[in-house]
Amino acid sequence: MKRESALMTRDTQNTVRNPLLSFLRALSAVVWKDLSAEMRSRELLSAMLVFALLVILIFNFALDLDPKTRQESTITAGVLWVIFTFAGTLGLNRSMAVEKDRGCIDGLLLAPVDRSAIYFGKTIANLVFMLIVEIIVLPIYSLLYNVNLFQPGLLLVTLLGSVGYVAVGTLLATMAVQARTRDVLLPILLFPVVLPIVLGAVKASGGFLDGIEMAEIRPWLNLLVVYDIIFIAIAFMVFDFVVEE
Amino acid sequence: MIEVRRLIKRFGLKTVLRGLDFRVERGEFVALLGPNGAGKTTFLRILASLSRPSLGEVRIAGFRLPGQAAAVRRRLGVVSHLPLLYGDLTAEENLRFYGRMYSVPDLDGRVTEVLEMVGLASRRRDLVRTFSRGMQQRLAIGRAVLHDPDVMLFDEPHTGLDQDASAMLDTVLSEVAARGRTVVMTSHDLARAADLASRFDILSRGVIAASVQRADIAANDLLAFYRQATQEAWSVKREP
Repeated sequence: MKRESALMTRDTQNTVRNPLLSFLRALSAVVWKDLSAEMRSRELLSAMLVFALLVILIFNFALDLDPKTRQESTITAGVLWVIFTFAGTLGLNRSMAVEKDRGCIDGLLLAPVDRSAIYFGKTIANLVFMLIVEIIVLPIYSLLYNVNLFQPGLLLVTLLGSVGYVAVGTLLATMAVQARTRDVLLPILLFPVVLPIVLGAVKASGGFLDGIEMAEIRPWLNLLVVYDIIFIAIAFMVFDFVVEE
Repeated sequence: MIEVRRLIKRFGLKTVLRGLDFRVERGEFVALLGPNGAGKTTFLRILASLSRPSLGEVRIAGFRLPGQAAAVRRRLGVVSHLPLLYGDLTAEENLRFYGRMYSVPDLDGRVTEVLEMVGLASRRRDLVRTFSRGMQQRLAIGRAVLHDPDVMLFDEPHTGLDQDASAMLDTVLSEVAARGRTVVMTSHDLARAADLASRFDILSRGVIAASVQRADIAANDLLAFYRQATQEAWSVKREP
């Protein structure tokens, strides 16, 4: 009897739908889904973390720096953003591969929601993963390199840089996942595009570490904010075309 | 319910669908048969709004694709040979996720109903990656009917299933169709299609080469009908 009732026609079409509510519901559903799946598997976070920690160690030995040089702001800012961008690429690739492997990307695209809700959901989830990695990497880096990275300005730069990186990275990962060579394709597509973000983030991070005047750092912060807005706006506009054949 | 006129789909220089005409009335169960590369999956992906037509007109429930895709998607349930399910979520979590994407009212009750319908209520808290292929496909059907769609599209749903799982899937398919839903199913399995469908359309070389009602053909003659239709499509193509 229950089987039959489950198949009976119900008037879901007549349900009054608020577009904004529907958008937010879909967005939060995608975020919840990504976080729940990752809490179970821990594939993405563990890969990103192990990679990040290995890069810290490799730089530590490869550069073979004396204690004074390793505290220099240019070294710290450069190494930090190399770690964040490379680990981030790993996470972005994995995040979209999960959608592709079982055809789940089609499941998402079949939903009667604004597709930008899917983009923003994936972007927020990827940002959370990236921030978790950064929260773990920063104290470890501070200990190993004896640098104080817990400055509000530096944390703000990390956040702004991560937002821009993930915003454009999620869009390009969605494009790259359609290709057989997706693992190779994403960095090739992403790194040239994200260069202004990385440049701004490295310069601003170095500025905060050196303790220079805010007036000198502000242009780099402005650059980060502007690129964040541009990347999010472009992704919002083109995501629908990127995912459709 | 579904109306397609002069549909053309090109991928670069390759034309997959060549002016295809197709019409399905409400409540019909159409089996779309055809050889590999005939364009069945491409056609179904266009109906599902996952792919844009290059030319031609596609209407589902009166809504035009791709312009009114959101309205079409609300009325569509799609099952492919891939489950479209997340392995690291439980059966219940998968349905709850898709229910939220479709704004399904009374979601808790609906998820329970659907899990019982597909015979997975006892496995509701198990991760989907621990399910057999047959169980995943049953859950995929549950996902597709969760929002109670008017039109169901099945793209070779029996692929990779053993005999028992296929039989169980047939039962669920029959129940889906018995409730008045319009169904289009692609398949290579003529015997299975003969048991389920009310009409058979043969897609070959990018067009509907032949169409016959279930009532007008004996199950034993379906293979001969299929062969004749596909061979005729080839000979038409080869003519200068």
